[in-house]
Amino acid sequence: MSVFPSTAASKAAGRTAATRSKPRGQRTAYLFIAPLGLGFAVFYFWPLLQTFYFSFTEFGAFGGHTFIGTDNYLRVVKDVTVWQALGNTLFYSLIGLTALPVAIVVASLLNRRGLRGVAVYRALYFVPFVTLPVAVGLVWNWLYNGDFGLLNEMLSRFGVDRHYWVSDPSTAVYAIGTVMVWSSTGYYLIIFMAGIKGIPRDYYEAAEIDGAGALRRFFTITLPLLSPTIFFASVICMINSLQTFDLIYIMMAEKNPAIGDTQSVVGLFYKWAFIENAQGAAAALAFLLMLLIAALTYLQFRLQKRWVHYG
Amino acid sequence: MADTRKRGKRGKRGMRGKRGRAGSIATHAVLSLGALVMVFPFLWQLLTALKTLAETSRVPPTFLPDKWNGASFEEVFTALPFREMLTNSVLNTVGRTLGQLVFCSLAAYAFARMRFRGRNVLFALFLSVLMVPSSLLVLPQYDIIQGLGLLNSAPALFLPGMFSAFGTFMLRQFFLALPKELEEAARIDGAGSFRVFWSIMLPLLRPALAALAVITAMWSWNDLLWPLIVNTDPAKMPISAGLTSLEGQYETNYPVMMAGSLIASLPMLLVYVFLQRHFVQSVALSGTKG
Repeated sequence: MSVFPSTAASKAAGRTAATRSKPRGQRTAYLFIAPLGLGFAVFYFWPLLQTFYFSFTEFGAFGGHTFIGTDNYLRVVKDVTVWQALGNTLFYSLIGLTALPVAIVVASLLNRRGLRGVAVYRALYFVPFVTLPVAVGLVWNWLYNGDFGLLNEMLSRFGVDRHYWVSDPSTAVYAIGTVMVWSSTGYYLIIFMAGIKGIPRDYYEAAEIDGAGALRRFFTITLPLLSPTIFFASVICMINSLQTFDLIYIMMAEKNPAIGDTQSVVGLFYKWAFIENAQGAAAALAFLLMLLIAALTYLQFRLQKRWVHYG
Repeated sequence: MADTRKRGKRGKRGMRGKRGRAGSIATHAVLSLGALVMVFPFLWQLLTALKTLAETSRVPPTFLPDKWNGASFEEVFTALPFREMLTNSVLNTVGRTLGQLVFCSLAAYAFARMRFRGRNVLFALFLSVLMVPSSLLVLPQYDIIQGLGLLNSAPALFLPGMFSAFGTFMLRQFFLALPKELEEAARIDGAGSFRVFWSIMLPLLRPALAALAVITAMWSWNDLLWPLIVNTDPAKMPISAGLTSLEGQYETNYPVMMAGSLIASLPMLLVYVFLQRHFVQSVALSGTKG
C-alpha cells in the first residue's frame, strides 16, 4: 500500500516537537528508531542492494556468483515469456481497475439519504477481500469447473455451451480477472464511502432543490468531488495488480494448458528464482518490474492534472 | 452506524413521496443482488464441503446436500498436517503483528514528537520501503534466513514482516494529531521519554494500534509468496501455503478442498466479524490520510 508523505505535516512536526535538540534527547530519539531501522537495514535496504548486484551475476550450481554484466537484462528483454507475462500483468491491471467504477456506484447508492442497513451491506461486500486468497481461488476454480461447475450449469439455462473457463487460454485471463475484481471491490468501496462522507450533504440538497435528478447529482457532485479519492485508489489498484501472484498461482494448477497465457511477472519471477535456479535473471526481471511500476505511477501523477479536482 | 439510523428516521418523516419509496426499494434490490454475488461463493463452498464426492460429480448439480456429510472436514486433517499449519499461521500472524506494533509505534513516536538530526532524511528513507515491490527483496531475504539457520521455522515466516513502513507512517499521523499538553505535563513531572511514550501516548493511540493490528494480521494470515519460499516442509508451512498442496493432492476432490479452504479462512473471518470496525477504519485511513 502506498501512502504519500506530506512535507507540510513533517515541517509542522518539527515546529511542535516537545524537546529542544539537546544531545541527550537526540540519543533517546535514535534509541526509539533503532529497532525499526535495524530491521529495515537487514531485511530491506541490504537485500535491495544485493538484488541489484545479483542482477549482474550468474549463480553457480554450487553457490557463488560470477559477474556477467548486463547479460541478465538482455535475456529478460529477449525472452518471449517475459513479454507475455508483461502483457498479462498489464491486462490484469486494466481489468482490476474496473473494480473502481463498481465500487463508486455501490458507494453512492449506499449514500442515499435514509437508507437502512448500510453497515450490513458494507460488511458483506468486504468479506471477499478479507478471505484468504488461496481459499478464494479454490472456491472460484470449483465454480468455474468445466465438468461439474455451477457456472456452466447456470449458463446452460440460457443455452450457453459448457466451457472450461480456467484451462482455455482464451478465457483464463478473464476468469482470473473477474475474481480479482470480485475480491477487491469491497476494499475500494470502503475507501470511496469514506471519500463520499467528506462531501457536504448541502451540495446534494441544493442540487435537489434545483431539480437535479440522481444521475445528474452523481455526475456533477459525487464524481468531481470524489476525484482525489479515485486518483488515490487507482494508483493503489495499479501498484497492487502489477504485483499480482496469489490468485494465479492457486487457480492455475501445474498442468494447466493456459499457464503461459495467464502468468504474471511476479509469477515468472517466482519460477525463475526458486524453481529454475535462474536467480540472476529473476533479479533483473524484478528490477524491470519496479521500473514499470515507477513509470506508470509517474504517468498517473502527470495525468491527474487533467481530471482530478482538488477542492 | 448511529447516524445512519438518525438519517433513516429523518428520511421517513421528511418529504418522501411514492417516488422516494420506489427508489429506495430499487436501491435495496441492486445492493442485495451485489451482496448476493459477494457472499454466494462462500455459501456454495460450505454446501460443497458438506456433500460427498459422488454427489459433487452429478450433472446437474444438487443445491443442498442429499445427505449432510462432515467427513471431508475430518479428511483434511489426515491428508495434511493441518493442525500444525494452522498453528504456523497463528505464529506468523502474531509474530508480525506484535513486531509491527512495537517497532512501528516506537519509531513513529520519535518521528512525530522528537527532534533530532537527520529526522526528515531518515523518515523519507523509511517511507521509500513502501515503493519497493517484495520481489526485489525475497532472494537476499531468503539467503539471510538460510544464513541464520532458520529455514523451515516459525521465525522464518514472520521475521521480515515485523518491520513496516506503512505502519510507521500511519501511527506517526496519529501521534501528530494527539494534543501535546498531556505529554508536556508529564515531562514537567519528571517522566522520561519512554515513560511518556508508554503510559501516556500509547493508551491514547489504542484505536490506531487496533486498526494497524487487524490489517497486519490479515496480510500475514493471507500471505503466500514468502511462506512458499522459506518453509517448504509441510509441517512448517502456514495454512495459505498448505492449501496449495491440497490442490495438488486432491485434484478433483472438491468437497475436501472446500472443507480445507473453509477452515483455513475461518479464523480471519471470525476476527473480521468481531473487529469489523477496526478493519473498516484501517482501510478508510489508508485511503484518506494520503
